[in-house]
Formats: sequence, C-alpha cells, structure tokens
Amino acid sequence: MKIGVVTFPGSLDDVDAQRAVRLAGGEPVALWHGDHDLLGVDAVILPGGFSYGDYLRCGAIARFAPVMTEVVAAAQGGMPVLGICNGFQILCESHLLPGALIRNNHRTFVCRDQVLQVENASTAWTTAYTAGQQITVPLKNGEGGFVADTETLDRLEGEGQVVVRYVGQDPNGSLRAIAGITNERGNVVGLMPHPEHAIEDLTGPGTDGLGFFTSAVQALMSV
Amino acid sequence: MPRIVVDVMPKPEILDPQGKAVHGALPRLGFHAVTDVRQGKRFELEVEAADDATLAEVHELAGTLLSNPVIEDYAVRVEA
Repeated sequence: MKIGVVTFPGSLDDVDAQRAVRLAGGEPVALWHGDHDLLGVDAVILPGGFSYGDYLRCGAIARFAPVMTEVVAAAQGGMPVLGICNGFQILCESHLLPGALIRNNHRTFVCRDQVLQVENASTAWTTAYTAGQQITVPLKNGEGGFVADTETLDRLEGEGQVVVRYVGQDPNGSLRAIAGITNERGNVVGLMPHPEHAIEDLTGPGTDGLGFFTSAVQALMSV
Repeated sequence: MPRIVVDVMPKPEILDPQGKAVHGALPRLGFHAVTDVRQGKRFELEVEAADDATLAEVHELAGTLLSNPVIEDYAVRVEA
C-alpha cells in the first residue's frame, strides 16, 4: 500500500509521517509540491510544518501548489487524504474540509502531550480506534484554533464529521473543542495534533497515534 | 500607474487575537479611549489600467487568495 507524503517548502514533519507509514506496514512515497504527479499512490498525507513560511495565511499559498490540483481531484474521487497540523490548514484552505484555523486565543505557541477523544471511528484514517476511545498524542501549533460559522459547526456535529475532540482544557480556543474533522464521505481527515509523533515509545508519549496510519493501510488492503 | 487597494479584515464574529494583543497593550502605554482593536491586512496592487475587467479580476483574486471568506471580509477600491 503506497501512501504519499507531500513535501512543501517549509514542511517539517514529512519524514516523521513517512516513518509512521512504514511502521504501520505501508510503503511511504515522497511527493514533491511542484510536481503534477501522485506517482500512483493509494493515499496522501499532507504533513505538518510551515508551508511557504505561512505567509499570507497558513496553507493559503500551499493550496495553489501544482501537486494540490492532483490531491484535490483524487480526494474528490474518494482517495484517503490526511492533513496533520499545517496539512489540516491546507485542506481547509483548499475547501476539501470546511472551516478555518486561526491564531490560538492565548496568542502563544502550545506544545504538549494532548489527550483526545475519538468521536468518529469510521473514517478512512480512524477505523483502528473505537468511538469514545481516549488517546494521547503531541500537539504543537501557534495557529490551531478551529473556527466555522454556527451552521457549519452544527452540521459537522450532526453528521458525525467531528473526528477527534480535545479532552480537558481547550489548548487553542478551537470552537466546541474540535481537534479534527472529516468530509461527508469520510476519506479526507484533518487534525491539528500530531499522531505521527506518537508511534514509538522511544520518541513520543506512546503509540496511540499509530492507529491513524494502520487504519489507512488496512482500509486500502481491503479494497 | 493606477493602484488598487484591497483591505482584508477578520469577520466581526471571528476572534482576532492580534487585535486583542494590541488592545491589551494600550492601557499599559497610557491610552484609555480605545474600546476595541481589530487588525487586518492591506494589499496594494499596481495595475496597467483600473478598468472593469481588471477590477473584476482583482475581486476574484481578493476572494480566493488574498482573503479566506470563511474568516475574513475584503473591500476593493481604486486609488488614483
């Protein structure tokens, strides 16, 4: 199962995401932002970082990178796409997911191990979990406040499109403590916390994040 | 050459942490008359001619790249 990881100028966690794919039993494929080519991958991850220096707005310029034309088309065709942190911001700017991410309400960068509750365990990226399960993965962002209008928030909650929610104190002012969402089809998922940093006991708070990657690998194998 | 100015502001209902930070600093500097601050962005676009076609293009540009309509409003005006 080939899972592509896009490297933009300023991507930070692309190699970590590739490693997570490998540990989950998949084959990571490095994709380049400037190419109009997904190299035949079965799924795509947009990793964390600071694409194009986060100039203008986070993810706003990355959205127009050549590879995103292919990613948007593939996502609309049902390909699993996961956006982590900056990748989540890019997915929102690309209109593959609703809402937007704004600067944290306390205006400081937050970096800590974060407890999350899995709300939707039926997306392409979360079948390894059970609904209601609590997991701990690192969170690190300066612009992680998820916002959308009330109607959109109601729809996300009503349709089960909230994938993960913050447990305890909301770390960045996200409305309704939303940490991650999915599209209607369940193939596109974006979240601010970093599951790729919780895949080995040696380098993270545990292995709770690995499920995002094993979910996709297993979903692709069963197709 | 004419210049088109695009002002981008966070929507009123969207939290503006930067504006809040500025507002919070005012009393420390002795300014007490200001009750709220919101911070936006101003883009100055130089164009060959500020005709209708160009203005239409700028409106499109302002709504797709310069602003995110989910969280921001924009206004376009021509500066002589």
